[in-house]
Amino acid sequence: MKIAIRTGALASATVLTLVLAACSSSTTTTSSVATSSTPTATQAPLTGALNGSGASSQAAAMDAWRAAFQDANPGVTVNYDPVGSGGGRTAFLDGTVSFAGSDALLSADEVTKSLTTCGPEGAIHIPVYISPIDVVFNLDGVKSLNMTPDTIASIFDGKITKWNDPAIAADNAGAKLPDLAITVVHRSDNSGTTSNFTDYLEKAATTWPYPHSGDWPNAVGEAGAKTSGVVAIVEGTKGTVGYVDASQAGTFGLVSIKVGSSFVAPSPEGAAIAVENSPIAEGANGKFDLAFKLDRKSTVAGAYPLALVSYHVLCANYKDASAGNLVVAFEKYVVSTEGQAAAASAAGSAPIGDKVGALALASVNSIKVG
Amino acid sequence: MTTVAPARSESTGDSLTAARSSLANAFFSRLTAGAASLILVTLAAVATFLLVRAWPAITSSSADLASKVDWLGTASSDTLIATIGYLVFGTLLIGTMALLIGAPISFGIALFISHYAPRRLAATLGYIVDLLAAVPSVIYGLWGGFVLIPKLAPFYGWLNREFGWFPLFAGEASPTGRVALSASIVLAIMILPIITAVTREVFLQTPVLHEEAALAMGATRWEMIRMAVFPFARSGMIGATMLGLGRALGETMAVYMILSPGLSYSFHVLEASSHNTIAANIALKFPEANATGVEALIAMGLALFVITLAVNVLARWVVSRRSEFSGAN
Repeated sequence: MKIAIRTGALASATVLTLVLAACSSSTTTTSSVATSSTPTATQAPLTGALNGSGASSQAAAMDAWRAAFQDANPGVTVNYDPVGSGGGRTAFLDGTVSFAGSDALLSADEVTKSLTTCGPEGAIHIPVYISPIDVVFNLDGVKSLNMTPDTIASIFDGKITKWNDPAIAADNAGAKLPDLAITVVHRSDNSGTTSNFTDYLEKAATTWPYPHSGDWPNAVGEAGAKTSGVVAIVEGTKGTVGYVDASQAGTFGLVSIKVGSSFVAPSPEGAAIAVENSPIAEGANGKFDLAFKLDRKSTVAGAYPLALVSYHVLCANYKDASAGNLVVAFEKYVVSTEGQAAAASAAGSAPIGDKVGALALASVNSIKVG
Repeated sequence: MTTVAPARSESTGDSLTAARSSLANAFFSRLTAGAASLILVTLAAVATFLLVRAWPAITSSSADLASKVDWLGTASSDTLIATIGYLVFGTLLIGTMALLIGAPISFGIALFISHYAPRRLAATLGYIVDLLAAVPSVIYGLWGGFVLIPKLAPFYGWLNREFGWFPLFAGEASPTGRVALSASIVLAIMILPIITAVTREVFLQTPVLHEEAALAMGATRWEMIRMAVFPFARSGMIGATMLGLGRALGETMAVYMILSPGLSYSFHVLEASSHNTIAANIALKFPEANATGVEALIAMGLALFVITLAVNVLARWVVSRRSEFSGAN
């Protein structure tokens, strides 16, 4: 009752979710708690510090989540160290943090290591947001272009070097394409954006000869450090083309990519459709491990398969009950509609959508504590 | 007896002061010796850290490294040693160009402040130069990236068209201007204050008698500077230049933010994605590096450490050789 009164006072749906989450997660015996478990009034409010580290791309969303979660749970401190996806996964596997934010899935080696860190039940991935990757360009008077995956791959591999190349013109009747050299701009640092972009080119295009990787694979064009570096170069020079997270694409010209038989402009909704219709990766850790293997060749209407799914990597079973309760409560907020809306407004990320959100919530509920 | 007593008391007073002052002296000399040895200890600690942490990467086979580190391979052009080779070349190229641009300007500023400017203007200029040194390198990087480079890019295109026959300006000029020359120009601005400040002080130390003697013999001001000031200041100018080079070699953020990195032994300083420096590369790769990757990066840091050491030893040698001929003695 105490809890009910307090939530009433705060009068916020978010808080209600959180308190429910806090209480349900503290019932240590169940392996799969129903989403609407009844709060047990005897439970004390959450306290302590929750430590995570990982992708710097999640930093903005994480700030929003931390602020809201700490407001609702005054006894809790959430720390997030944006050291990078790789560094975050290492810290998680070393046991120094309770969760990792990562733009990439655990590698086979890391999965093996997670069995030591988390116990025999291993680790699971929870999608926390989706970010469409925009192919952006800087041309006078041209705001959007249609391109097939093959055309994009040829441009980024240095095979198409002029904006008025017939391959580009063929899909853009009426666009005023200048006789200007194309300057390809890519990331100079290792990044999840590059990894997802090259994965898309590898799978969807026939003209991309490289395997996907977080480091840019060829010597074509120029490189900028981090997303802001790429944005600065595209902004400063006519004739440039680059790829950036949608949240930072600004007012550049956008490429619509060919999906099935039509061209799809980048949008949060399109990316969510692509993720919903993608299978779970092989070797996933049971049905609660939501490690999506994005279907880059998707032909589903409206899908935008050039997207990045950002994950939180969690243990399937937390032996440390206090850390586990905090993780479960926090992640419930993160995947909730409110949490997704907070991230969308703070970081410009795309919400994971209702369908994936329900799956994610079930996964969070599957986490055992104690 | 009466004469002895005061003498004795005087002598005891003396020995007391002597004892006290020798104690203070000993304490002070220990203190300064401690401070001095702290430098050696720090240097040794850094060197040991670099060696120990880089050792696994240096000793493991290139195939082993390639399997663990994404950006290393087994081909002759992308092993750890080859990568370090490219980076050492890039570091030295960019550092040397920065010095060639920055040092003459610094000497000019220093000379103006010490010998040409009216006293009040000289003081103001001195303050402004010192102020430049206090601007953090990130700011130089941002300014270079957003303001300077877009202005330079068309100039590079012109340089490439008109002077493409000159090896440095050959190749294909980048339309974005994020090239080695831009990095060198920004670095040159960053090393201006340190070189200017040191050489200004050295120029001011020139014995006035030397200067007046030169003027009295009918030398013009410029001749006086050539005959009296430069010979006296030569070792100081070299020392200041080496300080500047040290800063240019180790500068990270400005290069990281300006340069579109790449690996090659190209002298085409207007081509993008051809060069990178060790420090900027470490900053670039560190965030996503795994344990082995960090070891490889520390091996690069070791290479930079060795280069800097070599540069300083060389500078010392040059200074000591030149000092025999300078007018200072």
